[in-house]
Amino acid sequence: MPDQQLIENLIPEELCPDSVIKQLTRESALNNRRMKLREVVELLNAKVVSGEDQLNAEVEFAFASDLMSDVLTLETDNLLLLTGLANLQTIRTAEMSDINKIIFVRRKKATDEMIKLAADNDMILIECDYSMFKTSGMLFGSGLKPVY
Amino acid sequence: MHFEFQIEGGNFSKAGAASSQLKKILKQLNVDVRVIKRVVVALYEAEVNIVAHAWEGIIYIDIDTEKIEMKLVDKGPGIADIELAMQQGYSTASQEVREMGFGAGMGLPNIKNNSDLLKITSEVGTGTTVAMTVYLNS
Repeated sequence: MPDQQLIENLIPEELCPDSVIKQLTRESALNNRRMKLREVVELLNAKVVSGEDQLNAEVEFAFASDLMSDVLTLETDNLLLLTGLANLQTIRTAEMSDINKIIFVRRKKATDEMIKLAADNDMILIECDYSMFKTSGMLFGSGLKPVY
Repeated sequence: MHFEFQIEGGNFSKAGAASSQLKKILKQLNVDVRVIKRVVVALYEAEVNIVAHAWEGIIYIDIDTEKIEMKLVDKGPGIADIELAMQQGYSTASQEVREMGFGAGMGLPNIKNNSDLLKITSEVGTGTTVAMTVYLNS
């Protein structure tokens, strides 16, 4: 990781235990802007159920909501949607909002019908066992930005 | 250009199909992506309203070089107090509708925000007509 190398060059190794490096790297990540979906999936110990070909895509913003009308008010591009609502309307809402990255939290599962509609619209669907709070916290801590 | 779509009340598995088709048409016509988003968000909310509240409905779409006009005519219970229904947070939606991620009283305000002209007329016990216009250069 370039960030870590930079820190190691600045601080003598004996004065800089791993924990400090991790902390500094984390702070640098906070100012960082984007995550690859592959990193998101690894961080959340999550499972991709559709659109695996998009794991190298990057994301900058995330929004968490179970209310689709709230999602429909957003104007941000390249958004990752976290939701505990797993039904066809989640996929339809994403389609209308130009969102193509969805994480289902709280162990919610995408149905075959949802996966088909998602595939028709080139979306990536990810299933995660963590709560909305934990998922949001981890992604926020990793540098993803809120919409507002 | 003129299009029509039939909407079934209560059929949530098809809710959004008309909006999805319109989105594909507008993309083919090379309409600006921001305009497409306004149009389909407004139409999708209105389409969900028919599925959520009415028995059946028809969506009429007219597209010319200046604007996209959408008229949704439903047969249903109608809206007794349109002004009240327009208020954010007011909803008469069923539990089933809420489980679909709607019914928080944001549909009509969302429609208003995404359309340039909006006219709602309704007769209790007969049905509701929602007419929305989005200008292509808005």
